[in-house]
Amino acid sequence: MTERGYPEREITALGALQNGSMAVKLSAVIWGLGCLVRKQFVKGAVYLLIEAGIIFFMAEAGFYNLGKLVTLGDVEQQKIWNEAKSLYEYVDGDRSLVILLYGIITLAIILCGVLMVRISLRSAYAAELECRRRGRALTLRQEVSALFDANLHRTLLFLPLLGILVFTVLPLLFMTSMAFTNYSVLNDKLVLFDWVGLDNFQRMLNLSGDLGRTFWPVLGWTLCWAVIATFSNYFIGLLLTLFINWKEIRGKKFWRFCFVLTVAVPHFVTLLIIRQMLQPTGAVNVLLQNMGVISAPLPFFTDTAWARTAVILINIWVGVPYVLLQMTGILQNIPPELYEAARVDGANPVVMFFKITLPYVLFVTTPYLITTFTGNINNFNVIFLTSQGLPRAVESTAGSTDLLITWLYKLTIDNRYYDVGAVIGIMTFVSLSIVSLLTFRFSGSYKDEEGFR
Amino acid sequence: MSTVQKNKKPLGKRIMILLAHVLLAILAFIWLIPIFWVVMTSFRGTQGSYSSTFFPTVYSLDNYIKLFTDFSVFNFPQMLGNTLLIAVANCLISTFFVVSVAYTLSRLRFKARKPLMSTAMVIKLFPGFMSMIAVYYIIRMLGWTDGPMLRVAMICVYAGGAGVEYHIAKGFFDTVPTALDEAARIDGATNWRVLTKIIMPLSKPIIVYTLLTSFAGPFKDFMLAKVLCGPSKDYYTVAVGMYQMLEKEYIDQWFCAFAAAAVIISIPIATLFMATQKYYAEGVSGAVKG
Repeated sequence: MTERGYPEREITALGALQNGSMAVKLSAVIWGLGCLVRKQFVKGAVYLLIEAGIIFFMAEAGFYNLGKLVTLGDVEQQKIWNEAKSLYEYVDGDRSLVILLYGIITLAIILCGVLMVRISLRSAYAAELECRRRGRALTLRQEVSALFDANLHRTLLFLPLLGILVFTVLPLLFMTSMAFTNYSVLNDKLVLFDWVGLDNFQRMLNLSGDLGRTFWPVLGWTLCWAVIATFSNYFIGLLLTLFINWKEIRGKKFWRFCFVLTVAVPHFVTLLIIRQMLQPTGAVNVLLQNMGVISAPLPFFTDTAWARTAVILINIWVGVPYVLLQMTGILQNIPPELYEAARVDGANPVVMFFKITLPYVLFVTTPYLITTFTGNINNFNVIFLTSQGLPRAVESTAGSTDLLITWLYKLTIDNRYYDVGAVIGIMTFVSLSIVSLLTFRFSGSYKDEEGFR
Repeated sequence: MSTVQKNKKPLGKRIMILLAHVLLAILAFIWLIPIFWVVMTSFRGTQGSYSSTFFPTVYSLDNYIKLFTDFSVFNFPQMLGNTLLIAVANCLISTFFVVSVAYTLSRLRFKARKPLMSTAMVIKLFPGFMSMIAVYYIIRMLGWTDGPMLRVAMICVYAGGAGVEYHIAKGFFDTVPTALDEAARIDGATNWRVLTKIIMPLSKPIIVYTLLTSFAGPFKDFMLAKVLCGPSKDYYTVAVGMYQMLEKEYIDQWFCAFAAAAVIISIPIATLFMATQKYYAEGVSGAVKG
């Protein structure tokens, strides 16, 4: 490593400020100065150009955007009488959403600037140390080749990280910030809206408030759903795997294929089909009525209890094959000595299941369980494509099978209550973080990483 | 009588085994009904969203023909083309991103490694849908919501954040013995050469897996495409178009065509899945190994 330059951790921005020469210290203000002094012309020039670009942007638009961000705009669209043409002309007012987005982008660029200060300081310091040590700083060629060796991680991560920042993190920040505004169809706040602080959260958490009355039941059902959906899939899947693994069963591959086929077909297709089959005039009701089992159609999506049972059963249908797929591999990895030792001690299959299989499987799959739980809290497809959250009371925006995520969809896409939607998104995040953290803390894999090995 | 007595225990067990198979058959049947029903419906000669019999009374290929000839409401070939284009672009970009991130986090050691991994975990706790709505507004401000740029937008959104989903690939890279790259490094190979000459050739399975799953993504995703496309019919992907076929105003005319479309896209997707499921299971158990 030292052959190709200093190890990374020796060179920090703080160290540069404390121990660097004047040129290094000045690099915090004039980016690339330290590099230029050490004859790293290309690198220095690039840094300078970036600095010029950021300063130009800030002068041209940045400060204006930040100023607007404080109020989110207050100029309404105006109608002005044009004498010459003798008609009203519309003059564009402020659009808060644009202001908000530009404000966030400006903040992001400022953050980039801060990072650049650090990078500039570190480069300058590295060049100086290199000079002190062997008389000259790394050449451009050496720097570039380091990007494919000691610094390969920078090269490889640059584009993926940029993608994540632009298409995931920036949108998340944008949406999160909406939670603190009153951007909503209510009170005509779609063009111009204001910061309202924590008001939306208060409305949401207040048990008797307009939103709280919907929020708490939906949160309760979401958590209930996630627990039931995760564990029902898990244990039914485990039992099914053990069942197929039973030595007396013939054609194991065929049976597995039957179940796995349902995973292979895109879910939105099968889910839409199941919804169609469970309609009052759908295949299931028609068949049962023709057979004389029932006289009236079963209320699959019109009765709360029926609907909730139906979506849980549908989720079992969807999820069990996945579990089967994974468990088959995991069960094969259990050391056979464990079973042999148990058999010698005279344990019966039930004891072996509870003392060997279950603990082993639980141990190995805890991380997977957490992922599944997260997936179920955000299980948009199973709800949206089957029950659509129904049945729903007229005055409420959420139905009794609506999860937070589908309610979020309805509030934003259908009703345009963006402020409230953003709050729900944040609440989902918070509940997920709490649950994941707790399970991680208390799970065996966390406490004892080497447990079964 | 005596033979029965002699075989009593085996007979009891045999009945149990038989019952077990029957039970398994019933379960398999329940799991396969919806798929079976789609296939049957796709060949149904009579229109309408429901029928009073499970098996069609009239068989025909009309539903398939309709998909490729009747463009009055839904242009299925166009949807297929859109999806294919997006899928190809998505699978190339995503695979590049995923393999880069997974290799870096699995093999290279640098200061930001752990923080990056924790950040990825935190990001994944946010409902993906939340960023989607924001992306929609950003794209609308850019004026990309109608016109050909919508395709670019969809590719960006599908592939842009792909780097977060590195876990399965990383699990695979973790299982490739480090002795190999250490030996190469002693011989003076750079990290880049280790990646391209040693790790990549050994990792064909996971690269193929990532290519295939990200190719299948746009065929299976429905939510993002629906939010982004909105009313621009020309840019529908198959998932959005097929969802529309079941809307109240079209369902009577298009339900059987929906089933036919389902069969058409399911066959390649299911084949891809069957080809990759081994790596999926391996990747997951690999990831568990940390």
